[in-house]
Amino acid sequence: MTLQTEAAAAPRLTSERPQNFYGRTSLSKRPRPLESLIQSFLFLCGALSIATTLGIVYVLGQESLQFFTNPEVSLTEFFFTTYWQPEAGEYGIWALANSTFITSLIAMCVAVPFGLGAAVYLSEYASPHARNFLKPTLEILAGVPTVVYGYFALTFITPILRAVFGVETVEIYNMASAGLVMGIMILPLISSMSEDALHAVPRSLREAAFGLGATRFEVSTQVVAPAALSGVTAAFILGVSRAVGETMIVAIAAGSGSLFTFNPFKAAETMTGYIARLSGGDVSYASLQYQSIFAVGLMLFLVTLVLNIISRRIVARFREVYE
Amino acid sequence: MNTHSSTLSARHRIGKFWQMLLAAATIVGILSLIVLIYNVVNEAAGLAVIQYSVDPKLVLPKPLDELTNEEMIAAIEENLSKGAYQRANTDQPFNTRTKSELTKFVQERVLEEEVKGTWSLTDSLFKADQIRADAAKNYPKARLEFRQWLTLDFITQPMSSNPLYSGIRTAILGSFFVIVLTIVIAFPVGVGAAIYLEEYAGHHWFNRIIQTNIDNLAGVPSIVYGMLGLAIFVRALEPFTSGAIFGILDSNGRTIISAALTMALLILPLIIINGQEAIRAVPNSLRQASYGLGATRWETIWHHVLPNSLPGILTGTILAISRAIGETAPLIIVGASTFIAFDPNGLFAKFTVLPIQIYNFTQQPQDEYRNLAAAAILVLLVLLLALNSMAIFLRNRFSNRL
Repeated sequence: MTLQTEAAAAPRLTSERPQNFYGRTSLSKRPRPLESLIQSFLFLCGALSIATTLGIVYVLGQESLQFFTNPEVSLTEFFFTTYWQPEAGEYGIWALANSTFITSLIAMCVAVPFGLGAAVYLSEYASPHARNFLKPTLEILAGVPTVVYGYFALTFITPILRAVFGVETVEIYNMASAGLVMGIMILPLISSMSEDALHAVPRSLREAAFGLGATRFEVSTQVVAPAALSGVTAAFILGVSRAVGETMIVAIAAGSGSLFTFNPFKAAETMTGYIARLSGGDVSYASLQYQSIFAVGLMLFLVTLVLNIISRRIVARFREVYE
Repeated sequence: MNTHSSTLSARHRIGKFWQMLLAAATIVGILSLIVLIYNVVNEAAGLAVIQYSVDPKLVLPKPLDELTNEEMIAAIEENLSKGAYQRANTDQPFNTRTKSELTKFVQERVLEEEVKGTWSLTDSLFKADQIRADAAKNYPKARLEFRQWLTLDFITQPMSSNPLYSGIRTAILGSFFVIVLTIVIAFPVGVGAAIYLEEYAGHHWFNRIIQTNIDNLAGVPSIVYGMLGLAIFVRALEPFTSGAIFGILDSNGRTIISAALTMALLILPLIIINGQEAIRAVPNSLRQASYGLGATRWETIWHHVLPNSLPGILTGTILAISRAIGETAPLIIVGASTFIAFDPNGLFAKFTVLPIQIYNFTQQPQDEYRNLAAAAILVLLVLLLALNSMAIFLRNRFSNRL
């Protein structure tokens, strides 16, 4: 009743006390301080990720800046020479980058054929029953800690390599062993992501090809694989990024001490290996060596970031096509 | 007709051939897993040559197994320095120790046992005779015994400079401390961020940046997080992470809290991404019903969205934790200590964790450390297996409910 009276009296009241009138019957939101407090807290949780990224960029950038502005280091030396001897004041990133490149290359030579083969087999050939068993089993490999892979490389693969190629040719710590094991580590990533991509190819494409008389292998390689190519490429790039950033396997099995060599049987430190070894020791915080690990870290961060972004771009494009 | 069918059969032959190759690729993956586990188990037990560094005839009146308790205590008192004797006696008085405990003490401290060489399990089983002959020839005074490296003592004893008595107790405790603290930090923040992104965030440019940023962070190598932790937590926040502002003055920033903060940042993107998926899977009708009854946004989330997505969120969190348990590189950078003989006693203690310990074992040149590493790896793998089974169990419950 009261409401009605007020409504009837509305025109008169409005001119006199408008705020009071609208405040009582308006359907707009009542202020809820607790709700907004919670929302702000949740927003801060989300924004923390931005702070993390900024922190990474700031830390790597700031220490690297100090490193590069030091008169003992020149940018041309850093980017164009191949000797990395911090003790002697020689900072040529290629000595480290080259071993990262070689171990990653070996890893991809293992991971791509086997990972892709497994993906095609699981997606196109395996019975649902076999697939349900094989896929999770392969994924266990992805959950094994990298330090265990490092141990595996050092105690299993290296002795085999030395037995096959000769003790003189293969050093105890060598890039080949680390690369091979890294390939095994990346294999489940490639197979899992590629399998998802292959699986997402519409059935109608396969059926059309079967209807034209293609064999299963022809369907897989000439119809399904090209259709899933972008997904497979994304998996490949992500695999490279993983290999470049991998630390423990190379720290354990690839040796310490940098060396610019293309011989995979030699010990040579990678970028990540250098960071791990140097920061594990007692380096004083103000020294050039301490700053050098951040310069190397910055290179690592940039390379993996670019690879990840490319990979996600490709996946995003590929999703648009098939969903 | 004839040529046609021959090409057809050729095509099928090619198909069959490639099918075999593809199956072989899958099998290679599975085989590597089997070989990996075999290699660890193979090193975790086997024959070992153990020799006393001190000749028993010089320090003991009779062979060790004929000694009585009193004679052993006398021998211990005679051969240990006064301080060492007192310390051991305060730990546990000698006259209350059992015969086997005393025997072990004499072997360790008086006779100073050490490992001269070890063999893997398969060698020990199939080449036992040859090993026996080699050992008898090279180490005439030593005894050859079959040793299991993963024992209860190995799990419950602190580290020791003698690999025979080295244990991983401090490493297991360190891992436990770091992981618990990591969860305490990362879980609420991660779930909070996931709720924000799924339930609150609109299409504002800033929210899109957060989302893209989280996806990118998930791909940053773990070692980079370690460097972030080193610069921010260990160095810049040293007064806090070393406990100096709380009156603890004997340590630097390389503490459990620094490690946990670093780990939390590392697994945060994983928790957020998995949490988002779980929240997204909650049907919209539930939310509408709740709003329809007059619930506010937070009431809807707290009473309906979260309970329904909790199994999914927990699954994701457990997977993130199992990643954190095996993670080594960032903690090397943050500065886990290599040798810790005492249990960690709080947030500001120096620490070591299981994977770091495995890494240290692999860095030692002697044979027996390889066996110790294998034993520690088995502990780590069992731990991970248990966690993952839990995740699978939760996932199954989850899929049954919705």
